[in-house]
Amino acid sequence: MSEAREQILGTLRRSLKRGRLDAGRRAELEARLAAHRRNLVPARAAALDHAGQVELFVRMAEEVQTTVARVASAAEVPAAVADYLSQRNLPSRLVMTPDPQLDGIPWSERPMLEIRRGRAEDADQVGVTAAFAAVAETGTLMLISGPDSPTRNNFLPDTHVVVLRRDQVMASYEEGWSRLRAAQGAGALPRTVNFITGPSRTGDIEQRLELGAHGPRRLHIVLVDDGAAS
Amino acid sequence: MPAPPIRVGLFVTCLVDLFRPSVGFAAVKLLEAAGCNVEVPASQTCCGQPAYNSGDKADTKAIARQVLDAFEGFDYVVVPSGSCGGMIKRHYPDLFADDPALHQRAQHLAKRTYELVSFLADVLKLERVEARYDGLATYHDSCSGLRELGVKEQPRRLLRSVAGLRLAELPGAEICCGFGGTFCIKYPEISDRMVADKAADIAATGADTLLAGDLGCLLNMAGKLSRLGKDVRVRHVAEVLADMTEATPPIGAGPAERR
Amino acid sequence: MQPTSHAFKANAHQALGNANLQKALGLMRSGFPGRRAAALARLPEFEALREQGKALKDHVLENLDFYLETFEQNVIARGGQVHWCRTPQEARETVLAICRRLDAKTVTKGKTMIAEEIALNDYLEQHGVTPVETDLGEYIIQIRKEYPSHIIAPALHLVKEQVAESFRRTHRDLDPDRTLEEAPTLVAEARAVLRQKFLAADVGITGANFCVAETGSTIIVTNEGNGDLTQTLTKAHIVLASLEKVVPTLEDLSTLLRLLARSATGQEFSTYTTLSTGPRRPEDTDGPGEFHVVFLDNGRSAMLGTEFQDMLRCIRCGACMNHCPVYATVGGHAYGWVYPGPMGAVLTPTLVGVDEAGHLPNASTFCGRCESVCPMKIPLPKMMRHWREREFERRLSAATYRYSLRLWAFVASRPPLYRAATALASRLLGWIGRPRGRFRSLPLAGGWTQGRDMPAPEGRSFMSLWAERRKTAP
Repeated sequence: MSEAREQILGTLRRSLKRGRLDAGRRAELEARLAAHRRNLVPARAAALDHAGQVELFVRMAEEVQTTVARVASAAEVPAAVADYLSQRNLPSRLVMTPDPQLDGIPWSERPMLEIRRGRAEDADQVGVTAAFAAVAETGTLMLISGPDSPTRNNFLPDTHVVVLRRDQVMASYEEGWSRLRAAQGAGALPRTVNFITGPSRTGDIEQRLELGAHGPRRLHIVLVDDGAAS
Repeated sequence: MPAPPIRVGLFVTCLVDLFRPSVGFAAVKLLEAAGCNVEVPASQTCCGQPAYNSGDKADTKAIARQVLDAFEGFDYVVVPSGSCGGMIKRHYPDLFADDPALHQRAQHLAKRTYELVSFLADVLKLERVEARYDGLATYHDSCSGLRELGVKEQPRRLLRSVAGLRLAELPGAEICCGFGGTFCIKYPEISDRMVADKAADIAATGADTLLAGDLGCLLNMAGKLSRLGKDVRVRHVAEVLADMTEATPPIGAGPAERR
Repeated sequence: MQPTSHAFKANAHQALGNANLQKALGLMRSGFPGRRAAALARLPEFEALREQGKALKDHVLENLDFYLETFEQNVIARGGQVHWCRTPQEARETVLAICRRLDAKTVTKGKTMIAEEIALNDYLEQHGVTPVETDLGEYIIQIRKEYPSHIIAPALHLVKEQVAESFRRTHRDLDPDRTLEEAPTLVAEARAVLRQKFLAADVGITGANFCVAETGSTIIVTNEGNGDLTQTLTKAHIVLASLEKVVPTLEDLSTLLRLLARSATGQEFSTYTTLSTGPRRPEDTDGPGEFHVVFLDNGRSAMLGTEFQDMLRCIRCGACMNHCPVYATVGGHAYGWVYPGPMGAVLTPTLVGVDEAGHLPNASTFCGRCESVCPMKIPLPKMMRHWREREFERRLSAATYRYSLRLWAFVASRPPLYRAATALASRLLGWIGRPRGRFRSLPLAGGWTQGRDMPAPEGRSFMSLWAERRKTAP
């Protein structure tokens, strides 16, 4: 290991007036890491039942300029997407991640939607992705990267449409970590986890809020109420 | 048998001693009216803040030891200033952290020391005063009183019992006026701009009277208001609560401007 | 950059006369504090979270070597690399070496205060690599050749007309007829220009708000999404972080995230909170091929165990400067280096020396508002006072000031002498000043009386009147 590393750690221990931690203390700290103990989780979402959490999620998301369309089942998603795009005069050509979560949706019933499955490029104006989960507390989406969900699709297109199932809505970030550990194994995070709360914005010019700084100008969630995946 | 009166040592503060004895007498009147026996130890000078905030620990300790000696034996020590009160209550124990005997004395003193209005309201549970003041007043929260001692509602509550007085909230009442003790000497230009902003906020309330609990801040704000030609009477809150505004012109006003 | 903290007074003088700056600071005063207060009012647990956050950071600092080593192991396990740098020079060289190995011509950058601290942009430019700032505020100050005036809002000191002028000067393809009067068109212009830079860059550099030991992840928190494009579209992602950024677990991270955005901008949560763990996976279709964490010490390891240790809890939210009445009056550039406001007044002397930055811990009224809003409960005034003590011990303050102070202290610790002096002074000043009630000028108080009057004493000291009253009392 590098000389700088040893020197930094050495100075640090001298400042703390001790040497390397002994085995007992290290074991305690290892145990602390492994326990994944939750600190205080605010009651705002945690105190609600799941239906309440879904309502809170929608309210908090809308507060930060996310738009939400609610549909009864996966079968209604294509129409909801098509309506959203046409109402805003947005292009009907879209790039969709190859995420299997989106496979069971009957996209072909809306032939006007011109869909390309794959990685987003600069020219793509509209993107559709699936979500890993959503956090009611702050109206936040949780998206993860993987072979079928490239990160850039969350940022390059001007309009980002996210398909979210009702059963993916959770109270807190902490529940998100538990779900992620269950899905991927403890400590084995995907390359990228994106928490997204509203469309891109900046306050850098005279502290006035402007949407669409570098990421999407519009964030639209299609919330599928029947819960179960296709 | 009636309870023996509470023995209070009044820490006058150097600014009140030098500039505005009326505040000291107002404090005495309020405390005596509430049944306290007030004494003013002759060996007091200053709390030591100018030295403390200049990094001069040795001189601060010398002055603080004097205060410890002077105020031994009182039930309470009362200070008509949040800044000096905060110094004794919050900083003396820290100052003597490395000397167990003095640390203990400092802690003992700190426990018994109160800012005047919070002593009246929180310790003596005073709910109203017998006083009259005709005017629309606004109140500035001096920083140390507010943030070190939690003085916020107490003066407003007591002021609401003053006949004839109406209160207008000061926007940004919790923002520093720019006095800052040695700060206004070391950085007068910045201090002046800060108090200019404060004066603008005061003027915007339309109040004819400005009240606060710290003479340093009051001298600063009164000086700015008079320089700007603003017709605002400036007084220490104790003068109003003690019904002693007839005797003395407002801070920074000449005898002719007495109202 | 060369600090100008020693010239704080002159810097402040200029700032007070700068109309654009004063307008911008006015917008800050009416913005950040109210938004923070509103966010806190909605979260009854905020104070409890603050206590937990503080305890958590204290725990990390006591065991910092363990958490840094654990973090490093986990970065390596996910295919990344950790570089330990003692000095700014080592950190600059490390970054340049990575850029050179990858034959990088341009690097895009997300907002990182560590890059400012080590003056990375100048160094890269001198060595043939073009850095492009992508946070809108950072981009604006880069093209203006300035440095940030605020740690979360780097261009806070500017008004939109100045931004428009800078875009006209530097964006060669900009149609001269196009109006740039309002913020939306300025944002759109910057977006279009920077989108091309994102796509062309070879290496992306970001900071890290936190580093999670448990997983080896680094975290950035942004609103624009620039940091994400920076780190996703390039061959390598370099993260610049200081040692104290490490936190144990994802649960601990969640606690600190709940405090950060609310304290900083008053948002419930920032728009983008992103965890990056290692380089892209073999089966991934995007993401950086390399992941490097560059740890900078620059004196921080030596701050542990000193009276300045608490400063290492700082999560760089900027609440202290948003609420500082001195910052709100003179702005960030007066402080003369990259960290302004109360946190800068404590940190800058450790990083550039108290001889250079001695003014900063003095330029505070000790109003305590910074400490009262700090999510990590850092006792900022107390630490500024520690610096003043060091300066006093080393006789760094002005000699006249020190002598006056000592003279005053000499008198104040001799009650009879003090009593005589104050009785005389109040009589004298009262006698001269009483007719008007105030002085328009006063010897030795020119700084005060230049802009305000000095109220006159009533004419007798309290102690002399009290002594009389005692004598005449029955």
